[in-house]
Amino acid sequence: MNIPKNLKYTKSHEWVKFDGETTATVGLTDYAQSELGDLVFVNLPEAGDTVTAGEAFSDVESVKAVSDVYAPVTGTVDEANAELLDAPEKINADPYEAWLVKIEDITSMEELLTAEEYEKFVEEEKAQKH
Amino acid sequence: MGSFVSVTPEEEREMLRKIGADRLSDLFSGIPEELKLRKELSLPDGVSEMEAEKIVRKMAGKNHVFQSVFRGAGAYRHYIPAIVNEVISKESFLTAYTPYQAEISQGILQSIFEYQTYICELTGMDVSNACVYDGAEAAAEAAAMCREKNRNVMLVSETANPFVISVIRTYCFGNGMEVRLIPEKNYRTDTEALKSMVNGETAGVYLQNPDYYGSLEDVSAIGKITHDAGAKLILGVNPIASAVLKTAGEYKADIATGEGQPLGMPLSFGGPYLGFMAASKENMRKLPGRIVGETHDANGKTGYVLTLQAREQHIRREKAGSNICSNEALCALCAGVYCSAMGPEGIRKAARSSVSKAHYLSDKLSEIGFERTDQGDFFHEFVTKCPSDAENVMKLLSDHDILGGLPLSGKHRGEILWCCTEMNGRAEMDEMTELLKEAKKC
Repeated sequence: MNIPKNLKYTKSHEWVKFDGETTATVGLTDYAQSELGDLVFVNLPEAGDTVTAGEAFSDVESVKAVSDVYAPVTGTVDEANAELLDAPEKINADPYEAWLVKIEDITSMEELLTAEEYEKFVEEEKAQKH
Repeated sequence: MGSFVSVTPEEEREMLRKIGADRLSDLFSGIPEELKLRKELSLPDGVSEMEAEKIVRKMAGKNHVFQSVFRGAGAYRHYIPAIVNEVISKESFLTAYTPYQAEISQGILQSIFEYQTYICELTGMDVSNACVYDGAEAAAEAAAMCREKNRNVMLVSETANPFVISVIRTYCFGNGMEVRLIPEKNYRTDTEALKSMVNGETAGVYLQNPDYYGSLEDVSAIGKITHDAGAKLILGVNPIASAVLKTAGEYKADIATGEGQPLGMPLSFGGPYLGFMAASKENMRKLPGRIVGETHDANGKTGYVLTLQAREQHIRREKAGSNICSNEALCALCAGVYCSAMGPEGIRKAARSSVSKAHYLSDKLSEIGFERTDQGDFFHEFVTKCPSDAENVMKLLSDHDILGGLPLSGKHRGEILWCCTEMNGRAEMDEMTELLKEAKKC
């Protein structure tokens, strides 16, 4: 389970990479993509859309489910990763390279976990499942 | 019906023995005693098959099936080839349940896939679902497909079938969309009014072609106005008419819907009918309900499955686009067999025959005081005035076993909506015209 140390994480399995205090890039973690299975479609917001911390801003479709993706921060979408519309499998192949959106004008954020905290959280979730 | 035989008492005892139970009531031991009903249900004694048939036949005898039908308004009497009933009566089709388990449902899945293919060919669209309950529901589901974050208003033409408008309103009430009616102008959608109504809040525009009055609409103009405003075009179509008119796909509609009853289903006093839905590729993932896909199994052989299921309500739950979880599989099969039996040329013939007969009748009626109230092009339905009381005219025709056109209500009260299909013969039309000459004295 790949959990890069330089990123922040949410309990809903998104990763966040800050670029200054008011800009960030968001994607799905390695654990998320492995639980979802092969992704076949990604529904992304448009540049200019507002996102609110804790609310769904996107959804991803695998063969077994359509799952919401939650915003870790409140802000405005600067850019959505158009590559994913034709090649959603990139999220499975390289979850930390296949970013979903870049958000700017960030005004608030959810409680974010460090890599260690996220790793512990994932271990607990896995234990609960078995 | 060879495969279904209920269990014998001996087989029941054997099954109970196998699972270690003494009697059937042991299987319900998990239910608290105080919740169990300790008496027989208050129902009358059963009757024999012979007695039951007598009772039902008496009820059915109350129906009057007219010899001649000149009424449409949403459901149409077309000829149904005998092979349709032959195929749908096959036990494996007639009694089959939903094909959730693909491995044992290839026959059903293939038949639905072929139905979907026919719908795409008729409508000129990219993808079709496995059908919904009827044409009205299809229109309502299509409206829901058009919802977007800031677009929540559905514009529906007043020239659509009033039952369809009613069902669209019901569904939009449930899903929070607002419905606004585009006014009618001379039996067609008022495109000038549409221009002023459509804006950045409009999710979609719905109209049908031919419309409720049988008139041919200016779909190109309406499509342009709709798309220029960033909204989606939903076109309600008649499946037989689609064989000869410009298709929904050619009009660049985003979604095509319609009542599939003309494709091999009898009038049946209103149902069961068939709602078909087809969409462009961009709108594929928004289609509600079941969709059958074609794929390959592990050995490379062609196989069929239910696909895009993650979007359906039994998986996506409250976030699904629709709560539908069923379809009209047997009716879809009727349509599939009808299309196979008729072929493209057969359906075109039925369409052309319907058009030409309607135009013949229209000319005959206008000679005796039942002039058309509209001068534009029509398909196989048209509206005339009535030189006397419409209800009395219908009574006169009914006494001769003829179901005349539909007396309209509302702003067209006093007018009659007539319909012809390939089943109306020239002699039949001439006879009715003679009768109607008398009607002027009603």
